Amino acid sequence: MWDFQWTLQILPDLLGALGTTVQITLLGYLIALVLGLLIAIARRAPFFGTVLHVATEFIRTTPLVIQVVFVFLLTPAHISPMTVGILVIGVHYAAYTAEVYRSGIEGVAKGQWEAARALSLPARRTWGAIVLPQAIRKVIPALGNYLIATFKDTPLLIAIGVSELLTEAQRIGSASFRVVEVYTVVGFLFLLVSIPSAILLRRLERRYAAV
Amino acid sequence: MPPSDTTVNEEPQGVGDGSQDQSLIVFDDVVKRFGDLTVLDDLNFSVAPGERVTLIGPSGSGKTTILRLLMTLEKITEGVIWVGGEPFSHMRRGQGLVHASEGYLRARRKRIGMVFQQFNLFPNMTVRQNIIEAPVHVLGTPKDEANTRAEELLDLVGLGEKIDAHPTQLSGGQQQRVAIARALAMQPEILLLDEVTSALDPELVAGVLDVLREVAETTDITMLCVTHEMSFARDVSHRVLMFDQGRIAEEGPPEQIFGDPREDRTKSFLRSVLDNDF
Amino acid sequence: MDFLIQRLPLYLDGAWVTIQLTIGGCALAFVLAMFFGIMGTIRHWLPRAISTVYVEVFRGIAALVLMFWMAFALPQLSGFRLDDMFAAILALGLNVGAYGAEVVRSSINAVPKAQVEATVALNLSWFQRMRLVVLPQAWAQMLPTFGNLVIELMKATAVVYLIGVADLTAIAQNMRESTGETVIAFIGAFVLYYLIAQVLIFGMRLLERRANRKLGRTPPRGGGMRLPFKPASAGTTQAGGI
Repeated sequence: MWDFQWTLQILPDLLGALGTTVQITLLGYLIALVLGLLIAIARRAPFFGTVLHVATEFIRTTPLVIQVVFVFLLTPAHISPMTVGILVIGVHYAAYTAEVYRSGIEGVAKGQWEAARALSLPARRTWGAIVLPQAIRKVIPALGNYLIATFKDTPLLIAIGVSELLTEAQRIGSASFRVVEVYTVVGFLFLLVSIPSAILLRRLERRYAAV
Repeated sequence: MPPSDTTVNEEPQGVGDGSQDQSLIVFDDVVKRFGDLTVLDDLNFSVAPGERVTLIGPSGSGKTTILRLLMTLEKITEGVIWVGGEPFSHMRRGQGLVHASEGYLRARRKRIGMVFQQFNLFPNMTVRQNIIEAPVHVLGTPKDEANTRAEELLDLVGLGEKIDAHPTQLSGGQQQRVAIARALAMQPEILLLDEVTSALDPELVAGVLDVLREVAETTDITMLCVTHEMSFARDVSHRVLMFDQGRIAEEGPPEQIFGDPREDRTKSFLRSVLDNDF
Repeated sequence: MDFLIQRLPLYLDGAWVTIQLTIGGCALAFVLAMFFGIMGTIRHWLPRAISTVYVEVFRGIAALVLMFWMAFALPQLSGFRLDDMFAAILALGLNVGAYGAEVVRSSINAVPKAQVEATVALNLSWFQRMRLVVLPQAWAQMLPTFGNLVIELMKATAVVYLIGVADLTAIAQNMRESTGETVIAFIGAFVLYYLIAQVLIFGMRLLERRANRKLGRTPPRGGGMRLPFKPASAGTTQAGGI
């Protein structure tokens, strides 16, 4: 029933696709980390902040896959599906990380702001040297969760034909009509990445929880 | 009722002796360790039916651990506890004794009730539910009967009108009185009182102690009481055990312990407590 | 606007499929979360190990991969073909249930030890303790994260069109193909998703409020609940993404 020969044969292709998946994950997550922080800071502005809030709320309450397809359909043909995928995933998760950063920023004691003001530090120093270092340290585990979440959302890029793990599996499957091994191996590859990441993350949590 | 037999520190001869004793509770060479820390060190004492015993001593001397062992909240390290002539911490297996299983404990500990320092009322229930839940589900008391009994008990503790209140709407003293009613609703033979006034604001202490005095006067429940309220101990207890470092430093009737302590440790302890209180 | 109003029934059909998937997935996820979550709090190592394996495996595999496995690999393996809708609900429920089990486990463990001691003093059995004391108290703690998971599950249903279920996303794609109007066709779906999410958020808030009231905690006026259509926070806690 299970063909090991066949499994070995498809493994290189699937591992290659796993590489692509990891690449998409890391790039998308990088965007989410940076953009999320910018959103969290900009959300404190009076009017623009409200607009941003509504926008991120909308992004977070509608499905990622339809966002991906929608943006893909509207982008010019010369931009690759992979680029679109990375960008949309990045923006989608930025809407989440922005909330995480925000909670971190709000968690910084009021006295810290007042102390910065008492020293008449410029805004950039207040944020860069006082508020953000404290805020970000506290939310590192929560941010880490979204790295794993991003990874587990990459398969839906099959919707726009990005050659990540699931797309590759489907290609192999439809060419050979043997799908049991293919999809099972994909499942195991997911576990291979996400279980160690989860363990690592728990260590991280313990380390930062002590602070 | 004065205790008929208060033999203490008499070495029982091996396993199985607790069953020969007339006492209700027997601690037989009991040792309790938490890791390297020995909390109870080869402890022997017994309590007669209907006797009210107060445990005093500096914090960390093991008084609370005695109550927690009796309530099966802690596992005994060495020795055996007997209740009503039957092994309690252990159960018989052939000729010997093995550590009690959960099922065995459930069957035994229903004679024991406990009131905690922090009340531990269930916040997801009203006062009434807190009181009737265990009688209905554990004893199988019909709901009507349990309700009637709950009303009587609440009258006893002076909170009849609070029956449908939420624990969070009550003061600490009121919560503790409900907790006493809850414990009594299970009709225990033995009532364990673990520093029941320590968490209360000073002005609320008297109300709780009055309720307990009333319980002591009107029932024959055996009581084991850990407290820092010396006047209460003097009033209600038949016997006082002074603990120090996991051992009984001195014991005797309250008049003697408070009026004429013999051990230096008892004297210095009483001095420190009375200094704090008055 | 006319475009959408004319085709509204079609969109509503798609939305109805999405809602069915959400309800089915949530029901399954809830049962699994409770079962494996409670198992994870038992002292004996075996039930705990089973619970951990369930959580790690089904949290670790993407719901879409699970869905593909059930829709395509399972029929080849067993000769038995699941209904697509059922396969989708199974995959979503197993996945979100694994997240939920962690929430249940940690909420139960967060119930103060003193409460458990009080149940021992009243001689309640394990089952009575869970039913009467521990779960009702843990419930209030579970609900906020459950709320996030419900939204995440609703969003995750959108991938089902990839295994051929005609949900809201599928309708949007069809509309676009039949009319060529990408923006309008998709906006219809986006708005409906947003509305469904707001209704779910509102419902979960009501549950939260009720649970807190039962524990005698009344939230400060205005703080506990927001207007249903004001953007509300969803998915902000750690269990956020799926």
